[in-house]
Amino acid sequence: MYMQFPEEFRYTKDHEWISLDGDIATVGITDFAQRELGDIVYVEIETQGETVDQGEVFGTVEAVKTVSDLFMPATGVIEEVNEALQSEPELVNSDPYGKGWMIRIRLENTDDYNNLLSASEYAEMVGQ
Amino acid sequence: MELKKTALHDKHVALGAKMVPFAGYNMPVRYTSDIEEHKTVREGVGVFDVSHMGEFMVRGPQAELLIQLVTTNDISKLKTGQAQYSCMTNLEGGIIDDLIVYKLAEEEYMLVVNASNIEKDWNWISQYAKGEVMLDNVSDKISLFAVQGPKAIEALQSLTPVKLADIPFYHFVKGEFAGVPDVIISGTGYTGSGGFELYVPNQHAEQVWDKIFKAGQPYNIKPIGLGARDTLRLEMGYCLYGNDIDDTTSPLEARLGWITKFSKEFNNSENLRRQKETGVERQLSGFRMIDRGIPRQGYELVDADGNKIGTVTSGTMSPSLSQGIGMGYLKKEFTQPGSEIFVDIRGRRLKAEVVKMPFYQA
Repeated sequence: MYMQFPEEFRYTKDHEWISLDGDIATVGITDFAQRELGDIVYVEIETQGETVDQGEVFGTVEAVKTVSDLFMPATGVIEEVNEALQSEPELVNSDPYGKGWMIRIRLENTDDYNNLLSASEYAEMVGQ
Repeated sequence: MELKKTALHDKHVALGAKMVPFAGYNMPVRYTSDIEEHKTVREGVGVFDVSHMGEFMVRGPQAELLIQLVTTNDISKLKTGQAQYSCMTNLEGGIIDDLIVYKLAEEEYMLVVNASNIEKDWNWISQYAKGEVMLDNVSDKISLFAVQGPKAIEALQSLTPVKLADIPFYHFVKGEFAGVPDVIISGTGYTGSGGFELYVPNQHAEQVWDKIFKAGQPYNIKPIGLGARDTLRLEMGYCLYGNDIDDTTSPLEARLGWITKFSKEFNNSENLRRQKETGVERQLSGFRMIDRGIPRQGYELVDADGNKIGTVTSGTMSPSLSQGIGMGYLKKEFTQPGSEIFVDIRGRRLKAEVVKMPFYQA
């Protein structure tokens, strides 16, 4: 099965992706993750405005069959949550790296980011 | 332990299915999308490979006596060509398995049991098989396809001379199907959307599967995974062994009184009869979420003050209702439809309402 992992993103072993623009980063879950979960029916993120540490839970994603925690890829303040996912959680399935983004964070420092997996390291981890 | 494969395993992989371990088998959980597959069965027609299910043949002059002893339903009036939903009880008040009993001929029955319980059931039944009765475990020789949905009759009719529309619910015909003789064509299923289950010898499984898809093409027939099988059965309030019923739940608590017949004696029938007279303290009940959230197996059910009143045994987002639904054993005073209960969803107390099952009229 062919899956995409954009070269310019970084990845966590918990299957989040993060894309950096200055000190603002956008975060979502990977194509691999959305396929494993199946139809996503509910994204719950109630940490807007909070500072969340790397590796801590910032929300949950509910698929038909299962629920899964969302982990912060890098320490920072959650500045924005993708409101479109309230009414259209399926965007995470159809466009995981685009319209299916989940949060925007202001990073505390970029070291966290630099220590994450590259696209090829992540692809290898999920057996692609 | 190495996972077993069904005869169709390579087909599922080629179709792009996500395969998962289930009851010792490597099974397709979904091909494309749980919701799409669910709706295909509700609105059209879909095919499940459920060959992991177990089949036991029971033959001989004392076959009826044995089945009457180990199962709770009464087969004394079952006619050849009829099937019956039933369960097997242990001696401690619980359920060993739920199953379907097929009467193939006089003194000849087939028991269809859950894959996860094949060994347990076999050992259990064997210890009661005394006298003129022959038991044969044919689970590894038979493939089972469930063709389910409102278009199942139309989609399959060209494959068989048997008039499918004339097979009533919980009846079956042994006949030619897709060029294979003696296929059991059974008006049963686990979805509530109508259709058939087909028992086919393994060596013909691939031929039958391929012909079903060819004949069903004009009806947009699709393969359906175990994920949608679970949401379909839960919308109907059907029990899943291991979730909603197990070795510790009584059939009366599980609302299976309708298949528990005290007109005869069976394993533990005296105790269950007493339980019926005294009344049960908890009962398997359905509920739907009022607050937004999805109940999952193991979550606690609580009252308005936070006191525990039960545990979720099965829960999901209902694709037909677009709402969280679930089942769980509730203390008797909360089982009335309309009762307000709460589900502890990861530390949040979310409101739900007890409802009559099925959740959805297919």
